[in-house]
Amino acid sequence: MLVGLAGAVIAFAPLPVRVASPTQRTFRVEASQFAYNPAVLTVDPGDTVTIELVSTDVVHGLYVDGYGVSVTADPGQTARLTFTADISGSFRFRCNVTCGALHPFMIGKLQVGSNTMLWRAIGLTVLAALAAIILFPLPANVKTA
Amino acid sequence: MRSDLTRFPFVKSLLKNRWLQLLVFFVMLAGFFFAILSGFAGTPVGNNNFGIVFVWIAWWAILILIAVPFFGRGWCAVCPIPLPGEWLQRGAILEPPARKPHWLDLRWPNKMRNIWLQNLTFTLVALFSSVILTTPKVTALVLAAMFFMAVGMSIVFERRTFCRYLCPVGGFIGLYAQVAPLELRVKDKRVCAACKDKPCYNGSQVGYGCPWDAFPGGLTRNTYCGLCMECLRTCPYDNIAINTRPFAADLAKPSTRMDEAFKAFIMLGAAMIYAGVLLGPWGALKLAAYSVGTVAWLGYAAAFLALIFGILPACFTLAVKIAQRFSRSSAPQHLFAKFATALVPLGLMFWIAFSLSFVLTNATYILTALSDPFGWGWNLFGTAGVAWQPYFTTLLVPVQALALVGGLLWSARTAQKVGAEVKASPIPVIVFCTLTTLVMLGLLL
Repeated sequence: MLVGLAGAVIAFAPLPVRVASPTQRTFRVEASQFAYNPAVLTVDPGDTVTIELVSTDVVHGLYVDGYGVSVTADPGQTARLTFTADISGSFRFRCNVTCGALHPFMIGKLQVGSNTMLWRAIGLTVLAALAAIILFPLPANVKTA
Repeated sequence: MRSDLTRFPFVKSLLKNRWLQLLVFFVMLAGFFFAILSGFAGTPVGNNNFGIVFVWIAWWAILILIAVPFFGRGWCAVCPIPLPGEWLQRGAILEPPARKPHWLDLRWPNKMRNIWLQNLTFTLVALFSSVILTTPKVTALVLAAMFFMAVGMSIVFERRTFCRYLCPVGGFIGLYAQVAPLELRVKDKRVCAACKDKPCYNGSQVGYGCPWDAFPGGLTRNTYCGLCMECLRTCPYDNIAINTRPFAADLAKPSTRMDEAFKAFIMLGAAMIYAGVLLGPWGALKLAAYSVGTVAWLGYAAAFLALIFGILPACFTLAVKIAQRFSRSSAPQHLFAKFATALVPLGLMFWIAFSLSFVLTNATYILTALSDPFGWGWNLFGTAGVAWQPYFTTLLVPVQALALVGGLLWSARTAQKVGAEVKASPIPVIVFCTLTTLVMLGLLL
């Protein structure tokens, strides 16, 4: 019962958030087979994000999971994608234009605020391990010290 | 807690029916050969090629998310790879023929009657997986090689030697089949003990001896039963049951085999490496894994092998040593292998969490490849132009987190049961499982 309650608190309790006034953030992201550079973009919740996608070899795209927005860039051309980062968390962005063998794995990461899902999952993992040890004590035939 | 499905006459007749099985076999064979054909003749662009999309997205999703967790070796029961070889070996497609063909029919060497070779073949496939997964011709070559190997081994060796000792997929299916809530067992072992001819193993006029070289009367785990249903057909005493049961029932009796223990490490480590390399944001790692033969690839391969055969087993050994220290048993045997049983549910959930991400973001390609399997501009079902779209991305991360935490709980419980049996503390093993789960969370989330 207590473990379930603790799990619910870890999973759903609101976490303290760092309040920063929304700003305009622009990233120049170079896309080449099969990577983005920079591959990890970090912004604050509420920021207006502009991604200037520059492809250095073939046509590449950039689709942001969770936001459902995308942009396509021809080689040598700069394409712009602007959106408001109003959903917190960690999101993959990935190429949405077939660009070669490893296309399905051309992936980057957009970090909006703190990765609360990861922290909650870490909390649940530790709780699960502790619960397993505490709730199901060692058999009597095992030394305890 | 067990319920025998063969008590329903309709289910039993379905399971025994060779024609229905043959129909499924033909569909599977057609798909398999079409995957090879499209790999060789179709577009080299992986995500537009039937071979890549149906093998590595559709088949993989069905295998790891449904077939293995719920039906164990259910896939092996319908796998097309060994069929033509088996038909050649038997000299028949349906019932046993009056005269058996004369092949070499050799026994597989005793020293190799384990899954070390399967560990090796899986590791080889895993090392080259970035190329195999993405290059249609290479996928076709691998499938064709497996097919010809299976045919060749059926001619030289008895039964399904390829499936049992060599298939790179069969090894991990067997390992994870232990968690499935379905099993083939005998109803009464005394009946088997009294049975003189053992037609389930030796065959009879109505069916073949176990292709998996297993004696059903001795089955205690799902690992080496291919669910082919031959014993259901041959048993003259109606003593074969197909039971539903609780998940992971086989893990109550931990294995003492090091080959199976290392299979667990290989699967655990491979899931972690794939999560980092294929789904992570590190382009250099992806290129290293893809550039076979280069210095970068050699580094990748060395790191891969070091994690699977060095770092993970070494850390686990340390955990087991600590567990041993707190053991009251005078001479705890096989602690390493027995505690490795705890890695079975953990590894399966790692693979499920990894595969969910891979499959849900690439599932659209199934629709396009269905309409245009060779990438030649066809539009057979009107879905060739469907725009790429990942599915359920907002649900993906919470579901992955739940899978990983659930896997840890499951493995911790398994470790405790093993600990109770071997009279040693499971806590160090639980700590090992917790640390690997945290790494996997960091890679996926």
